[in-house]
Amino acid sequence: MDRILETESVTKTYRLGKIDVPVLHGIDLSVKQGEFAAIMGPSGSGKSTLLNIIGCLDRPTSGRVLIDCIDTSTLSDNELAVIRGRKIGFVFQTFNLVARLSAQRNVEMPMIYQDVPRNARVKRARELLTLFGLSDRMDHKPPEMSGGQRQRVALARALANDPALILADEPTGNLDSKTGKEILRILEDLNERGRTILIVTHDHEIAGKCDRIIRLKDGVIET
Amino acid sequence: MAKIIDQLKTLPQRLLTIMIFLLVWEIAVKAGLLYPSPVPPASSVLGALKDLAFESIFWEHTFVSMQRILSGYALAIIIAVPLGFAVGWSTTLERYLDPLLQTFRQIPLMALFPVFILFFGTGELPCILIIMLAAMWCILLSTISSVQNIDPFLVKTARSVGTSQWDMLRKVVLPSAVPSIFTGMRYAYTDILLVLIAVEMLGVNGGWGIIVSSHEHHGQSHTVMYAILISMAIVGVIVNYIFVALERRLCRWKETIEIT
Ligand SMILES: Nc1ncnc2c1ncn2[C@@H]1O[C@H](COP(=O)(O)OP(=O)(O)OP(=O)(O)O)[C@@H](O)[C@H]1O
Ligand SMILES: [Mg+2]
Repeated sequence: MDRILETESVTKTYRLGKIDVPVLHGIDLSVKQGEFAAIMGPSGSGKSTLLNIIGCLDRPTSGRVLIDCIDTSTLSDNELAVIRGRKIGFVFQTFNLVARLSAQRNVEMPMIYQDVPRNARVKRARELLTLFGLSDRMDHKPPEMSGGQRQRVALARALANDPALILADEPTGNLDSKTGKEILRILEDLNERGRTILIVTHDHEIAGKCDRIIRLKDGVIET
Repeated sequence: MAKIIDQLKTLPQRLLTIMIFLLVWEIAVKAGLLYPSPVPPASSVLGALKDLAFESIFWEHTFVSMQRILSGYALAIIIAVPLGFAVGWSTTLERYLDPLLQTFRQIPLMALFPVFILFFGTGELPCILIIMLAAMWCILLSTISSVQNIDPFLVKTARSVGTSQWDMLRKVVLPSAVPSIFTGMRYAYTDILLVLIAVEMLGVNGGWGIIVSSHEHHGQSHTVMYAILISMAIVGVIVNYIFVALERRLCRWKETIEIT
């Protein structure tokens, strides 16, 4: 099967003033198309940092990230934005929705940046929200919604441009266990339809449902 | 509307300290406490202020000064805002430009005035350029810091939905930075006034500086000079209020991109 994601000796060192804070020390990782993988590890081990680098939200200090066999280290910031917009969908623990916009407008957002025409955009957003059981919440704003509803809006937004890869950083971290299971159910469903999913989690039950567990400790992958 | 009513309700309190100040001033002069300094009593200064308000010549000078201030502001914004965005957004650019900017900032502006006259003649241009420089630092520094201190959570969210660099600047950085840019402009007004009066006193055509200096040396006209100073303060208060109102309005624009 194709490799949708590959990292080659990725390191990340944050610079705080004059102090260097090394976080990742040479990460070699490869994820196949259609895989459902969990990243686990103690707090501060660099899971979010790694996910941000994989998602091209941040650049590694050294090493390469290949998305769909494209070497992202050679791309400009704008080219990276296109990769993020088209190939990757993000879900965060904190939902990260625009408070003043309706659920539908939030879902439309990634499509606006990829110049999807208005009609197609609205149709797609409504389809996705309906799929996630939010047909009666399209015009509600995030502050009027529950955590589980917000996360479903965020999932719909992540899927807007039909990305091949979903990156989820503790997507159930702010939800109770029942709502968390609902979100996991949706992720499993998406995976069954062929989407590749990488999820950071502290929850062993969730990790148990994944094809593979990647364990991170002190910035290296444990084997 | 409710806000305006609120402000009207507290107006007596707001004006009380000013009243007390004027009263103390009046009594101090009348009681000869300030003798032998030539400070006129508050009542005659207020009288002169009233006369001034009906004098067209005063308004003409005010208009000339205001024109200079506005031109200076406009030029300062055209230069400082894009420069501030660039320096604030790009750490590389900041590394290269920061030392230069910090050095330039230390040059006393008035010392540059003769140089400017040498280069640009004695017309409006050197005057406006000095005002522009005076306004520029506050605006530049507040732009840089507002861009640098933009909420990383907001930036991460915008990036995650695939925003290009240009859209990021336009739709995310600009709305979040604009209120503090206006704060910078508000603070710049004091710097502007300082150089404006100095430059105008050195003899350019018209403006507040001219009327201040022309009354300064006529013994009995001291009263008029104080009235002019007070009128300048009143204009300053009005300018300040306009900026505060604009900042409030633009903060609402900033709220439209809040993330939850
Ligand atoms: N922007 C940053 N600047 C400096 N240091 C950072 C930055 N982001 C993260 N770090 C540091 O990098 C280390 C790893 O952080 P990261 O957020 O990747 O951990 P994590 O594994 O996701 O932890 P958690 O399970 O608590 O979310 C931490 O020590 C953190 O302090
Ligand atoms: Mg984390």
